[in-house]
Amino acid sequence: MEKLQFQLVGDKAPAAFIPILVGVVGSGNLEVMIEPLADSPTCRVDVITSAQGFAPIWRAVMQDFQERHGLAGIAISINDMGATPAVVSLRLDQAAAALHGLTKDNA
Amino acid sequence: MNRSFAESTARERVAHLLDAKSFIEILGPGERVVSPHLALLGVPSSFDDGVVIGHGTLNGQLVFIAAQEGEFMGGGVGEVHGAKLVGLFKRALRDKPAAVIVLAESGGVRLHEANAGLIAVSEVMRALLDARAQGIPVIMLIGGANGCFGGMGLIARCADHVVMSDLGRLAMSGPEVIESSHGVEEYDSRDRALVWRTTGGKHRYLIGDCDQLVEDDVDAFRHAAIGLLGQSMSLSLLALEAEHDLLSDRLTRFGECRDALDVWRLLGVPDPSIVADLEASEMFVLKSLASGESV
Repeated sequence: MEKLQFQLVGDKAPAAFIPILVGVVGSGNLEVMIEPLADSPTCRVDVITSAQGFAPIWRAVMQDFQERHGLAGIAISINDMGATPAVVSLRLDQAAAALHGLTKDNA
Repeated sequence: MNRSFAESTARERVAHLLDAKSFIEILGPGERVVSPHLALLGVPSSFDDGVVIGHGTLNGQLVFIAAQEGEFMGGGVGEVHGAKLVGLFKRALRDKPAAVIVLAESGGVRLHEANAGLIAVSEVMRALLDARAQGIPVIMLIGGANGCFGGMGLIARCADHVVMSDLGRLAMSGPEVIESSHGVEEYDSRDRALVWRTTGGKHRYLIGDCDQLVEDDVDAFRHAAIGLLGQSMSLSLLALEAEHDLLSDRLTRFGECRDALDVWRLLGVPDPSIVADLEASEMFVLKSLASGESV
């Protein structure tokens, strides 16, 4: 098991929202939770993964995600059970889509 | 459109079983009430410890609901997971919902947390029976791919009502456990047809361990649960003795059977070989034959 943290700069801070959870901690799968991180110019990412030694790949996947979405003022927490980078990207996009849907509802 | 119960996550099942947007979660993932044991073993935990609990409305009535996530640790009951279920039943005593509904999908005790999990299962049973003793009906919905086994199987049979799909399974020991202890000639855990006709929803329905059989569809489970709201079964010494009599009678009648097909034949099913291919709605007629009732 390995714990990783990344701070990614962004400029799109969503309106207030309740935590969002997508995915499941199952084999080859992961859960992604997005929570508000008040007054922060960054997207903070905390990963707990069952696999060891994949920090550079996690960083690359998270940077790709941030290039697509450019989020700020949020904390992303991930529990991973050996998901492939493609699955991680899909889950992250699913969480971002849920975030957009939720904040649109509230607006 | 049909929404498969088996293929939905615990959260999706809750969201679509209850009235739209009525669900309010207790101890949601943001609270991070996670297992204290898994991290020590180097295993990632889940923010909800594999079970979603809360309340909402079903057909306009207040219900309490819990859903186990079978994909996380096979739905195994750990210390926190069990405590969340216990807490839900205890709060039900206070708020008197029209039912406590449990979407059970679990292999039983989470082996990483052995003793804590075992204690948790017994505490859930006690809390469930306390709720029933106060006249709050407890409804089990079983339709996940992992089935409902071990301690969770015992908990399920403590409830007032059990609703299953034919994909759902309910038993004490799982197929691999039986094969390990009794040999492959006794029970081949890779023979899916055998496993399903021994533990699957259709068998449980015919033999009377499950009250209603529905299609693998969240909406079908929803309608079954609505029909059971506010309906309590007797929880008394007399009812318990009647249950024991039923089990002794089952052993006498079916003790020599080598296969569920033999059991179904003895129950009065004319052609047991076709049962596996029947739709849930077609099983009602066979059930009537099995229980000796006119349709």
